[in-house]
Amino acid sequence: MATERDWRARVPDGMWVKCENPRCAQLLYSKELDRNLRVCSHCDHHFRLSARQRIAITLDPDSFVETDTELMTVNPLNMEGYEAKLKRHRARTSEMEAAVVGTGAILGHPVTIGVTNPFFTVGSMGSVVGEKLARCVERARDQRCPCILISGSGAGARMEEGILSLMQMAKTAAAIGRLRQAGQLCVTILTNPTMAGVYASWASLGDIIIAEPRAMIGFAGQRVVKGTKSDLGADAQSSEFQHEHGMIDRIVPRLEMRGFLESLIRMTYAAPLRKGASVEV
Amino acid sequence: MKYSPSRWLPFEEGIRVIQEEMEDLLRRQSEQDVDLSAEITALQDRLEAEKRKIASELTPWRKVLVARHPNRPYTLDYIAHIFDDFVELHGDRRYGNDQSLVGGPAMLGDYSVMVIGHQKGRTTKERQERNFGSSNPEAYRKAQRLLEMAERLGMPVISLIDTPAAQCLFDAEARGISEAIAATQLLMGGLRVPIVVVVTGEGGSGGAIAIGVGDVVMMLEHAIYSVIPPEGFAAILYKNAAPEQVQQAAALLRLTAQDALELGVIDEIIPEPLGGAHHDGIGMAATLKQAIVRRLEPLLALPVDELVDQRYAKFRAMGKWEVRRG
Repeated sequence: MATERDWRARVPDGMWVKCENPRCAQLLYSKELDRNLRVCSHCDHHFRLSARQRIAITLDPDSFVETDTELMTVNPLNMEGYEAKLKRHRARTSEMEAAVVGTGAILGHPVTIGVTNPFFTVGSMGSVVGEKLARCVERARDQRCPCILISGSGAGARMEEGILSLMQMAKTAAAIGRLRQAGQLCVTILTNPTMAGVYASWASLGDIIIAEPRAMIGFAGQRVVKGTKSDLGADAQSSEFQHEHGMIDRIVPRLEMRGFLESLIRMTYAAPLRKGASVEV
Repeated sequence: MKYSPSRWLPFEEGIRVIQEEMEDLLRRQSEQDVDLSAEITALQDRLEAEKRKIASELTPWRKVLVARHPNRPYTLDYIAHIFDDFVELHGDRRYGNDQSLVGGPAMLGDYSVMVIGHQKGRTTKERQERNFGSSNPEAYRKAQRLLEMAERLGMPVISLIDTPAAQCLFDAEARGISEAIAATQLLMGGLRVPIVVVVTGEGGSGGAIAIGVGDVVMMLEHAIYSVIPPEGFAAILYKNAAPEQVQQAAALLRLTAQDALELGVIDEIIPEPLGGAHHDGIGMAATLKQAIVRRLEPLLALPVDELVDQRYAKFRAMGKWEVRRG
């Protein structure tokens, strides 16, 4: 699994980088890769993005205002090694936690946005991640704007916070329930990877669910399933499988994602009931 | 309650020996027409003392074993002993009838309520039919249908949790197990009738929280509630985990009812009969009934908006963090 550290090691400034996809392994010029939103120009492999990279390619330039940075993770179960792990991931990513949330705009239309970072504990959801995302959803409700949630969570609920992590599933699901009652749009974007407790809560609850191509998306991790008698089959946990089975609206390549989001916001927030709206016939 | 032949847990050897002695005494008394009542009473005292000793030595791992005990009452056992009437309803109206979760309207005294709960099997055949209490998406969609019906009819909901985990294999994935779990939580989060949740045995991660959103959440004394099974946690912590490491993982996870209460995840622990619910299912059902009624009645008096707001606030507050100043 790629970590921020190996990612950096492979990408010295202005140098060449090998495509992560082992079947491709082409050498890519890193600046060109960045210009291509970190999608391999040879095989279309979508490299993982950090939460901030994701926000940068999703929102109008300079529109992002981060919120809820005051929430600090603790070690509620006194789990051995948890603090050291957090410290390690903080050093690698320069982030305090696996979720970055805030407000911004798409085509000038205000949105709230919450993103989980696959480079920070594989985006696992503990108390702070759940709380940040719930606040992000509530802020959309209060400000009457769409909420965009982007998952890069391969680890689901964070084991080190035990049962408290499990409760974040109920918390985020309930928050989206209230957003629905308030008549605001929730779009979830599933990127590689989106698994377990995250997929089984907020990531599955968008009014519109979008995925990047060939992302690993599913319920139980292969390691968990391997312990059981039956095998899952290699392709059951992919964007394409989930789309084929009706769980995802659209698979949208990264280079088209921003344009697709613009269309969605424009089409769902054009205020059809506004006074004076008319249709030419 | 009909149980399979009793199974003794490794640490219950003392109870097994005393109970066999007891059976022997009772047989001699009836066959030889002698009065052994003094001996029997003494043995009963010893049995109680032994159960008390075992109860005081229940480590988290032992609680896992107790929570999984095949003689522990299951949802249909509780339904039979708690409710005056019950009609089981079947199917999710979309795909199938998953028998790992049962539900339907029931009478709790004078109240019409909706009961849902995971259901494990006891015989080999029944275990397979009920998939060892591991639910496919259809189970949760059946629950959703019953929850929505309860809301329309103004019936309070009683939800009983006892599952090792949700089903995670190919078919579950193909039919959207994640969506089913997510959508059930969302529905319960805003349901406009009171919901009382009880973890009666295994509260196994996503499969448990799927039907675990309520105004009151309780656990039986030796039930467990965990983000991942101890075996799974051990497999991640250690390669080829030894049994002692699995036991250690169970302790690290803080999965007991006492932990859940301390962490603010549940409201109350319901005491079990001495030695565990598997020794006295009927006694357990009686205690559970009292707790449900005691918790349900104040909820019925609340205005619905207040009820739903309180439930939302309750789950909103879950989790632990610090606020950085400055």
